[in-house]
Amino acid sequence: MTPPAAATCPGIIIEGLTLRFGERTIFEGLNLEITGGQFVALLGTSGVGKSSLLKIVAGLSKPSAGTVRASDGRPLQGRIAYMGQTDLLYPWLTVQQNVMLGTRLRGEKPDVERAMHLLKRVGLAERAKALPMELSGGMKQRTAIARTLYENRPIVLMDEPFSALDTFTRARIQELAAELLVDRTALLITHDPFEACRLGHHLVALAGHPAVLGAPILVPGQPPRAPDDPHLLETQGHLMRVLTELETE
Amino acid sequence: MTRQTLGKIFRPIVTLVVLILVWWAITAFTSLPPYMLPSPVTVAQALVAQQQTLVWATATTFSEIILGLAAGTILGMALALAMVFSPILQRWLMPLLLLSQAIPVFALAPLLVLWFGFGMASKVVMAVLVIFFPVTASFFDGLRRVEIGWLDLARTMNASPWAMLRHVRLFAALPAFGSGLRVATAIAPIGAIIGEWVGSSAGLGYVMMNANARIQTDVMFAALTILSVMAIVLWVIVDRVLKRILYWAPDTIAAP
Repeated sequence: MTPPAAATCPGIIIEGLTLRFGERTIFEGLNLEITGGQFVALLGTSGVGKSSLLKIVAGLSKPSAGTVRASDGRPLQGRIAYMGQTDLLYPWLTVQQNVMLGTRLRGEKPDVERAMHLLKRVGLAERAKALPMELSGGMKQRTAIARTLYENRPIVLMDEPFSALDTFTRARIQELAAELLVDRTALLITHDPFEACRLGHHLVALAGHPAVLGAPILVPGQPPRAPDDPHLLETQGHLMRVLTELETE
Repeated sequence: MTRQTLGKIFRPIVTLVVLILVWWAITAFTSLPPYMLPSPVTVAQALVAQQQTLVWATATTFSEIILGLAAGTILGMALALAMVFSPILQRWLMPLLLLSQAIPVFALAPLLVLWFGFGMASKVVMAVLVIFFPVTASFFDGLRRVEIGWLDLARTMNASPWAMLRHVRLFAALPAFGSGLRVATAIAPIGAIIGEWVGSSAGLGYVMMNANARIQTDVMFAALTILSVMAIVLWVIVDRVLKRILYWAPDTIAAP
């Protein structure tokens, strides 16, 4: 069980992506290039179309125009793991069965050993036989991370997966996610500048009506950054200004 | 035994005893003739005296209800699945289903007896008619209202449409299906009994019609008693089985 090496993780190239619902244009002509193995945080206010953008990248919905492709020219489909806004655990499956959901759905032989190994890494090995309803919010989210890792896909898409957690649990889960997803290509969507600055190699702001992407911001240092990292605090301030400017333009 | 389980057994018994006492008091202290309201004692005597007839009648009615429940549930599930799979089928079937419920089953009973005979078949069909709709409606609703995130997740894991149905939609729809099945179980005896009233030569409904014609009110009450016990036992069994299957879907309202 080795995570895919950075060199083999494809990047994502988004070109001219446009989404319209009838007369309303949500976003128009978005261009973004995510280098393979990088963690990019996409930041935006609610209702700006962040989730729609992620669903398009995940292949779950179609854009009105534009393309999303992998940097190595092969199809993205089958190489993406997706984490939604909630843990999305199936309540009728145990923690372990939830981790192995992918193999169950594809009718493949489940790899119990690997699931247990991953559960150990997220600190839930003893709760393998528990049902999701018996877990706390943080434990559920850790199970979701184990499920994402079990899929072992080079690209991970995350739609505010930590937003339902309390501040301290969120901080711990963020670190865990950053640690375990290292070297994978990751796109995280969030409305929280602090979360974006902690986790992303690069930050991109999505704002305005219709929404446009700001220039990528590089955060110095390696994620996950400590909450009192001076770079983090500086970038966070910068980001707030960019977002406010984009919103009022 | 804990206090709670003791209470669970105790309460219905107290309710039952009080009801029977009130019933007995009405027959003892008023001048109601026995053919209007027989006393609990007379009904108990009728139960014993007529036991052979009643056992047979109970067996017949019970089989009709069980067959109707099984066939109605299967039909109900099949219709719900068909409608989920094909929107075209849904558009054609929905008005038909509503029509089948708009016509009172009472009105259909004589026709069904004419078409399916005096035997069991007409009663089973009648039971199916009242049972399938709550099952279809609730199961269909459950299948449609699956959390979008669960389906999205399954799609990113390359699940086939069949796997999504088998591993996601079916399970997600089980709680809704359970409510439908509970309703169906509660109303299942209605179909069978109405069928027996309109035309039959066996069953509790037949016994009641016969006793009614001969003004044997005590026998009518005996048959009614058996019918209520049967209905309650059946409901409790279905409820228990559903609770066991749905161990992962806790009641959100705490037991008082």
